[in-house]
Order: sequence, then structure tokens, then C-alpha cells
Amino acid sequence: MKSNKIILVLLLAAALLGLGRAASAQPGFDEAVNGLAGQSRSAIIDSLKALADLGDERALAAIRALEERRLLAAPDGRAIIVGTDDTLHYADTGEPFAGERDGLDAPVINNRVRRAIDRAEAVLQLVAKDPAQRLEAARAMAKAPRPEAAELLRAVLGRETVPAVRDALTLALALVDMNSGDQEVRVAAVTKVAGSGNPAFLPLLKELVRVDEAGRPVNGDARSVAAAKAGITAIERHVLLVRSAQNFFYGLSLGSVLLLAALGLAITFGLMGVINMAHGELLMVGAYATYLTQNFFHSHLPGLETWYLAAAVPVAFAAAGATGIAMERSVIRFLYGRPLETLLATWGISLLLIQTVRLLFGAQNVEVANPAWLAGGTEPVAGLLLTYNRVAIIGFVVLTVAFVWYLLNRTSLGLKVRAVTQNRAMAASMGIRTGRVDMWTFGLGSGIAGLGGVALSQIGNVGPELGQGYIVDSFMVVVLGGVGKIAGTIFGAMGLGVVNKLLEPHTGAVLGKIVMLALIILVIQRRPQGLFAPRGRVA
Amino acid sequence: MQSAQKPFLRRFTTLVVTAGMVVVSTMASAADTIKVGILHSLSGTMAISETSLKDVALMTIEEINASGGLLGKKIEPVVVDPASNWPLFAEKARELIEKDKVAVTFGCWTSVSRKSVLPVFEEQNALLFYPVQYEGEECSRNVFYTGAAPNQQAIPAVEYLMSEDGGGARRFVLLGTDYVYPRTTNKILRAFLHSKKIADADIMETYTPFGHSDYQTIVSQIKKFAVGKRTAVISTINGDSNVPFYKELANQGVKAENLPVVAFSVGEEELRGIDTAPLVGHLAAWNYFMTVNTPENKAFIKKWRAYVKKNKLPGGDKRVTNDPMEATYIGIKMWAQAVRQAGTTNVDAVRQAMGYQSVKSPSGYEIVMDAKNHHLHKPVLIGEIRKDGQFDVVWHTKGPIRAQAWSPYLPDSARKVADWTYPWVCGNCTAPTYR
Repeated sequence: MKSNKIILVLLLAAALLGLGRAASAQPGFDEAVNGLAGQSRSAIIDSLKALADLGDERALAAIRALEERRLLAAPDGRAIIVGTDDTLHYADTGEPFAGERDGLDAPVINNRVRRAIDRAEAVLQLVAKDPAQRLEAARAMAKAPRPEAAELLRAVLGRETVPAVRDALTLALALVDMNSGDQEVRVAAVTKVAGSGNPAFLPLLKELVRVDEAGRPVNGDARSVAAAKAGITAIERHVLLVRSAQNFFYGLSLGSVLLLAALGLAITFGLMGVINMAHGELLMVGAYATYLTQNFFHSHLPGLETWYLAAAVPVAFAAAGATGIAMERSVIRFLYGRPLETLLATWGISLLLIQTVRLLFGAQNVEVANPAWLAGGTEPVAGLLLTYNRVAIIGFVVLTVAFVWYLLNRTSLGLKVRAVTQNRAMAASMGIRTGRVDMWTFGLGSGIAGLGGVALSQIGNVGPELGQGYIVDSFMVVVLGGVGKIAGTIFGAMGLGVVNKLLEPHTGAVLGKIVMLALIILVIQRRPQGLFAPRGRVA
Repeated sequence: MQSAQKPFLRRFTTLVVTAGMVVVSTMASAADTIKVGILHSLSGTMAISETSLKDVALMTIEEINASGGLLGKKIEPVVVDPASNWPLFAEKARELIEKDKVAVTFGCWTSVSRKSVLPVFEEQNALLFYPVQYEGEECSRNVFYTGAAPNQQAIPAVEYLMSEDGGGARRFVLLGTDYVYPRTTNKILRAFLHSKKIADADIMETYTPFGHSDYQTIVSQIKKFAVGKRTAVISTINGDSNVPFYKELANQGVKAENLPVVAFSVGEEELRGIDTAPLVGHLAAWNYFMTVNTPENKAFIKKWRAYVKKNKLPGGDKRVTNDPMEATYIGIKMWAQAVRQAGTTNVDAVRQAMGYQSVKSPSGYEIVMDAKNHHLHKPVLIGEIRKDGQFDVVWHTKGPIRAQAWSPYLPDSARKVADWTYPWVCGNCTAPTYR
């Protein structure tokens, strides 16, 4: 095992330098590692190349430090690493650094240096013990042809046992071998690349099948061209399929956002008939409640910080619900049955809420960070990327709808709400305190809006004007779906989302929105009651 | 809740006290002050960016007053709030000039607000100092532009992206919000890219409405477009939409090493609302960054921090400085110098005196006002976003460069000349007024 490793390191050095450099690479290591703290970016990049050539795993710590700006330049030009425990030690010998930290500068790196870092890391990780690191490195190598690393890849492949790593290495090697002199090797390589199904290789394959005026292939022989053509067809079919699925997912996620924004309104406006212009501000209250919860966790429960969102859900529900109840008790209940006055009064409340938040938190947006488990995404099929925050929002909307459905259909409050909205006089004469029910219903609708605010805080800005951007969309969804029908709101939101996202790739975002609005006008003209109009005399 | 209530109460008291002080000070002020107008939105969508400019303007005026004022008088700021409402900008500008008789106005952020007030300033022969980078294609006799013209921001940024150090991009995505600034800038950039032999097939131009918040489709389109050639995104997305855009970039795994985004409207202030860890390496081009390491900048930041603390401004020690704030600071300083030199606040005299005024700016350069085109000579800095929401300067010009009010890359504007000195005396013509 040990001797294998030494041979590997040697091969690596030989392969990458292109000349058989002899065993003792150590002096070069010190020089290269200290070069990471160099003056110019070109010097840093040269050092990175040298470190990759040396293939010494010790370099990884220094390279990571450079990437994370924990690498400082000592006065004598040597590189110093700042450890995770804030101790300083030299990168080459590992001895502690005794001097003052103040005044030591970290070299400024840019994207070009970062690319060199990625390459060096990939090479160094190929020989790492941890299979996960090797897999990551192999995948990085399989993104683009790296002819200079061909020998190294062959050597590593020869002793690799983990199938996933082998597969990635084979692909990385195939990318290089596509231009091999040996026809057999070339055809095998093209077949491998074509079979990967990765749209990133389309330009490479297309280059291979390019023909000159006489119709002869410019870059390949008949067999590899045939293999490449088959690959192109397969990849393009795959891309088409993935793209449709992707667009549908985008549509669902946009629909979920719209639904979360509109669901509260479906209750306050849909069921109760209150034209609530302050609905957007209830979303904002929910988002700010999320922000406060985050801050509370940050200062009091740092260990649980990534889970603050779970706690923010009830907090936002309570905060927005309480705001809603206060609005209902103080203003709205005196205005039932007078839509114009309600509209003006709630609009005033919305301005009041915006200005209050501005006084409390300032006009600037506040930062609500995505917890780590919501960042990034997963790629179940090559090319189909599902981002976690969108998946989470879709899941969250399902739960919220289930919650609303349960409340309205399975609880005594829900029964009373339905009774009052269907026939107020009859419900009152049955002994239901309709005023009390109004209050709770409005509170419920506002609380649901607060839940929407939690979700919105994860995808966009949290600022005093957050609600303004969603108020029109919310009313649109509720009216399109049919006032008074929760199911209509759900279909309205999802329909709007999916149609919008299917249109957008063809029309662009600006025109897409206009086409969308035109479609809604057409629908409303055809069905003035919305898609899911209440039938019969109920309305 | 405790922690949220306390500052509120304190802030409320401050508000009442300041309101009282304003009343008292307006009663005390007679004709022994010089009034200047401050025309920035303090509410509405632009409040996010413009509030800081109002604050820094008040700070600069306070500084001038503390060192003896101007012509033996104190400067008295008149702050109005046009509320991000473009027609209201024009109304408020007229009010400042006619009713308050201000000597000069510092204000505006968006190009549409500037276009809205322009006729008022020209009709009344009043002065406006405009502190924000913009699309050029304008040069008014009544405006001094202290922000960057396209050749002081956009063009150098694209040149950097095409250079070896910047990644050698050969394919470009021009992404913007749908209004005059991004459209004009992208028109200039497209013409510039053509001059660099970039074909139309390698340029993707796409716009979103104001306040757009769903960038899923656009980001995936960009990723698809980027396959095969080194690609860079040039973003003129304005204000609020940047947060969802950058979040989507991060979540879809777009890394700056492979697909850098350079933004012209994103600075330290805009990044305050974003978790910047996944954005490390994306770029911005400005004429100033808060991280610029000069004694002038250290003093500027120190002054700003002290001012924020003294006045208990919202945000507290999290407040940052940025490029338009620096431009506001330079503008007010320069105007005061010009007034001292002219010995009067008379608009025509001050305009004459403005040419060749120079101020040692926080960016460390001697910044000079061009007498001909009313724009500043400014250095161009390109910064990469850091983990802490600040920028590392990765490239900068050797020194300040002269602004081109009319872009040489657009056939129509290439022929136009902006020169307010004899014999041209004109901001927008193809032949001198006096021959």
C-alpha cells in the first residue's frame, strides 16, 4: 500500500511535469507552499501548479487556507496558516509563528486563482484516502478535458476500487482520449462520453461531427462520428425531457409561492368578503417575525440556529394573526358590507404598518439567512436540478393547505365559519356569536398570511415593502380561482405558476407577465365568477 | 421583544426631539444661512438606497458648518422626500428652487427621476449634483454628474472579464431590469462587444420587470447558454430583485469561478440584505469600495461611523459606505470649494468656478471636475464579493479616467460633443455654437 502510494506520487510528478523528475521533491515543496503567499496572482498560480505537480497531500491544508483567506504572508515572505482555533503556524514546517498577527495581509485572490485552486485540489485529492474526496476530485476532473493529467488518471484508475470513482475517472480519461491517435481507444472514448448523457459535452461531440464543404468529417473517422451522432441524439432527447420536467417544477414552485401569498387572502377576502389591502403587510409581519426569531436563536440558542425556521412558523402565525385580530376589532368590524370604505381603511392600515416597520427596523432590508439545509440543491437525473428551498416551499404549502382544510372541515370553528359565511342571519339565530367568529376567521386568514411570510423570507427580500409586491398577485389568484373557494385558489395559483413558467422560456420574463395578464382577462371575461364559481343560489 | 422595544422607544424620543429641533432651527434661521436642497427618496422602493445619501449629505454639510461654514454663513439643508415617485421628484425640485430658494440641490438616484427633474432645473437655471453611476447620453448645463459614465464603469468591467486575469470571457449574458438605464447600457455594451469581435450569437440579452422575484428560468437559461465557451453575466438588475437573483444563483450551484456575474448596481449597501457566503467571487465595478486602503478612506469611514452613532441612525454599526455616498461627499465638497472661489452662490458664477475643482477623494485619488462635460475624472475599481459582504479590489485603473458623456460606440451619439466651454457651449450638438 505504502509503496503503491510512493509510485503514484512519482508518476504524478512525472506525468504532470512531462519530464521524469527524480524522487526528492521536498525542497520544491517548501518553496511552492511559501509561494502561495506571493505578491502577484501569477506567482500564486505558478505555486499552485507546482504543488499539484509535487502531489504532496500536505499542501491541501495550505491551499484550503488560501481559499478561505486564512493564509497570511509573514514579513520574511513565508506563508502562515491561521488554524481553526486562531493559532498561527508556518505552512511549510508546521512550527508556530511567534510574531504579531496585526499587519499581516492575506493575499487577494480572484476567480482565476480560485480556478487554479480547484484544479490543484482535484489533483491532490485524487490520491486522498477518503473515497468521498476522491469521488469529488474525479468528478471535477470529468468536467472538461485535461490532457496534462492523462497519465495520472490512468495510474489512479488502475488501482481504484470504488465503482463510482472508477466511473468518473473513466469519463475524465475518455474526454482526453477522444483525440487519441489509436482508433479503437478513440471510438471507445467517444462512446463513453456520448453515453454520459451530459449536455455539457454537446459542444465537444458536435465539434467531432462537424463536416467540411465536401461533407467529410473534419475531426474524426467514420466510426467515432457515428458514435458521436448517436450520443448527440440521445443527449438532446434527454435534455428536452429534463427541460420540460424542470419547467414544470419551476411552475409548481412559483405556484406554491403564489398560493402561500394568496391563501390567507382566500379566507379574509374569499370567505369573508373583506377587501383587505393590508394583506401584503401581514405577509411582511410574518417575514419580520421570522427575522426576529432568527435573531433570538442567534443570540440565545446558537446551537439550534439552523432550526430557527421551525420555531418561526408558529411565531409568524401568532404575530400576523394577532395583527389581523387587532385590525378586525379596531377598524374592519365597523365596516362590514361597505367594500369601498373597507378598501380605503385597509389601505391606510397598510401604509401605517409599513411606516411602523420602517421606524422599528429602518428602511433597509434585513438579512434573513437560509439555513444550511435549505441551501443548494439535488440532481436526481443529470440536468434536472431541484433546489432545496423550492422543494421545501412546495412541501410547506402542502402542509399549510392540509392545515387550513382540517381547520375548516374538521373543527367546530371551521363549522361555524362555514355557517356564518353561507348565511349569517341563520347562523346568528342558531346561537352562533357571529362577531366572535368573524374575529377568529380574520385572525386565521391573517395567521396563514404570516406563514406565507415565513416562506417568502427564504426566497426574496425582507423589507418594509415586501408586501407591496405580492398584493396584486394575491388578488389575481383569488379572483381567478373563484371568490369563496379554497380549492379554486389552489388551482388558480398552480395554474398561474405553471403557465407562466412554460411561457417564460419562449417569451422572456417581461412579455411572459403581459401574456399572463391578458390570459387572466380572457378567463375572467368568460367566467366572471372565476374558474371555480360557486354554483346555484349560494353566491 | 424587550430588545425590539427599547430602540423603538429611544428612536421615537429622538424623532420627537429632532422634530422639535427642526421647528426651533427653522425659527432661528434668517437670511444668514445658505440653503441647499436634498432630494432623495426616504420612502418607497428607492428608500433602501437613497436614505444613506441623504444621511451622508447631512454629515458633509455638518462637517463644513463645523469648520466655519461657507462665506461666513452656515449651510442649511432642506430635506424633502419625493417618495420614489418620479413626477413627485419634479414637483419637489420646483418647490426647493422656487419656494425655498436653495442655492444648489443634491439628489436623485434612478435615471428616470433625473430625467423627470431635468426640465425644472434647466427652466429655472438651478444646479443639480447627481451622485450615481448612469447610462450617459446626457450632459446638461445645469447638472454636475459625480457618478460614473459607462466608460468609467461598464466598459472597463467588460474589458477585465475578457482579460486573462478576469477569466477570458468570450460569451456574455446582458441581464437587466426593464428600464432606461439597463437598456441604454446594454446597447452600448453590445456595440462595444461587436467592436471586440464578439458575435451576436454569443450575446444573450434578457430583461425582467421591476420587482421580479422568480429567477429560476433565467438562471437555468444562463447555465444552458454558458455551455461551451467561457461566459460572464453582466447584470444591471436594480434594487430589490438582486436578492432573489443571487439566492437562485447560489442554489443552482453557479460558481463565480466558472460563471462570474459582474453587477453595476450592487454595492456594500445592497449586499447588507444578503447572505454573501455563496456569492464569493462575483464582481462589481465601481469607483470606490469601502475596503479601499487609504488614509482618506479611513478618515471618511471613521467620520461616517461617528455620525451614525451620534444620530442613532437605524442599522447602527452595521452601516457601510459605498460609491454613491462617496460621490455625494465629493460633490458637496466640490460645490463648497467652488462657492468659496466664486465668492457667491450665484448659479452662473458657481458653474464657472466648478471646472477644474479638485478634491482628494476617499478612494485616494485627486478627483477633478471636467470643465467641458461636467463629469468627474474617476478611477475604476473592480471588486470581488467577500464572505463578509465587502469587496476585494482585484483590478483598478492606473489613475482617474475622463468620462465620455456620449458613447463613441453608438453611431448616433459618437458624433455628439459635450463641451460647455467656448466655442462649443453645448452639451449635445455636432457643431460649435460660436464659430
